[in-house]
Amino acid sequence: MLRALVTTCLAVVLALLFAASDSLRAEAELTGSWAALGSEDLAGDTLPVDYTGLPLNDEGRTRALSYSESQLGMIERQCQGWPAFYFVQGPFGLKIWSDAEPVKGTVTSYTIGAWEDRAPMVIWMDGRPHPSKFAEHTRAGFTTGKWEGNTLVAYTTHMQAGFIRKTGPPSSDEATMTTRFYRHDDVLTVLAVIEDPIYLAEPQILTRSFQLSATELSPTGPPCLTTFEGRVPGESTPHYDPDKNPFVDEMTKKYGVPREAALGYPETLYPEYRVKMRR
Amino acid sequence: MTRRCASIIIVVVLVTGGALAPRLIRAQTPPATARAAAPIDLTGYWVAFVTEDWRFRMILPPRGDYRGVPLNARGRQAADAWDPMADAMPANQCRPYGAAAIMRVPGRLRITWQDDNTLRIETDAGTQTRILRFNPTTTVATRTWQGDSTARWDQPNRALAVTTRNLLPGYLRRNGVPYSENAKVTEYFDLAPTPGNGELLIVTTVVDDPTYLARRFIVSSHFKKERDGSKWSPIPCSARW
Repeated sequence: MLRALVTTCLAVVLALLFAASDSLRAEAELTGSWAALGSEDLAGDTLPVDYTGLPLNDEGRTRALSYSESQLGMIERQCQGWPAFYFVQGPFGLKIWSDAEPVKGTVTSYTIGAWEDRAPMVIWMDGRPHPSKFAEHTRAGFTTGKWEGNTLVAYTTHMQAGFIRKTGPPSSDEATMTTRFYRHDDVLTVLAVIEDPIYLAEPQILTRSFQLSATELSPTGPPCLTTFEGRVPGESTPHYDPDKNPFVDEMTKKYGVPREAALGYPETLYPEYRVKMRR
Repeated sequence: MTRRCASIIIVVVLVTGGALAPRLIRAQTPPATARAAAPIDLTGYWVAFVTEDWRFRMILPPRGDYRGVPLNARGRQAADAWDPMADAMPANQCRPYGAAAIMRVPGRLRITWQDDNTLRIETDAGTQTRILRFNPTTTVATRTWQGDSTARWDQPNRALAVTTRNLLPGYLRRNGVPYSENAKVTEYFDLAPTPGNGELLIVTTVVDDPTYLARRFIVSSHFKKERDGSKWSPIPCSARW
């Protein structure tokens, strides 16, 4: 009788704990290796003047058209092409791991590992504030995160000025990025909303999906190291007159893309523009 | 002993607190309909914001340009044999608007509840209608461009999960990149806030097709919510643009 009562009591307690655990464990498991699929936006950096899909403002467009790839020969500019948001744009997979506080075991940060020139991205989960606006800006920026239900939401500030696309469309050091990580079974979809009051007419929105990989991805990659490539520091900066960029019509000649779409005018990102092209 | 057991249960209930109570209440009184159980509201008008794959989505890519699609040899052969003239025939005009690709077509969505257990997604581009059934009772024998879709709420993720089969063969991209009638489409619908009190719909599309794909084809598309349907502009299927 007593044994039966104890067994029943334990069973009820375990059932209650089991029922509760699913609610208490709200966060999705993001750690692991997520393979890049290479199925989206592969054409984004093949031609010098391909700004399709970008909502550039006039300032951003002018800066982009003034860009010459010879700038990569300048030591001080060699690592500009891989800002924090490159982890959503680039061809790389994601290696994500967490670090925990040693006593309570709570997650203090998630890290998205580096990959060939791109700096690692640390997402601080311990409630620390973002630094002062006067603090140093870095290539990775400074990122904090929080869970909204099963979705990890990260916010990045303090990025160095660089490119929003490797072919020259710029990003300023006032740019910020809000990233959301949605996991569905073995697919991870990342949403990045990039705001840049200097160069974008409206927020740039990117989504990219990754697939859980049984093959471990490397958590590190060779960092972007600068080297002398023939241009002495202090020399003039290679550039084009924005009105005379020789590559401005390449997208039109090769693919029939209208010039205004190739130049990233915001209205070209909406369906109405297809109707306009049809006319 | 009974009193001690009851005490333990009470302590457990108190410890698990607010997280447990709603769950138990929900378990006792499950929502009667999918509409009542909806963890997110997908209804309304949504417009595609084409920031990715612009060249493949907004204009007609050239034949043989199937970069990014994991076609197998048979799929490449079919894509290379694409005949734009054949697509101009009325029966073929909707090939790029099937369920495996429709969320990638630049256009607007109108999402409504057809009834308490059926979501309806209409597209103005191609004037297609998708019926997402939460309690499918019968399978339609006839294959269609939008197939048969079974929906469920993914409650922990606050998302909609949809599986679609019974499709007519169509195109993943309008330049003849194929999917077959054996394709299965799995989709996840998520929401996110945007700056300025806006809202985004993110649709992750997973296409399995043993006939033409070497592995799964996965893309994610995003839509901005619109206040109303003032920009809704139905245009029939067209193979030319």
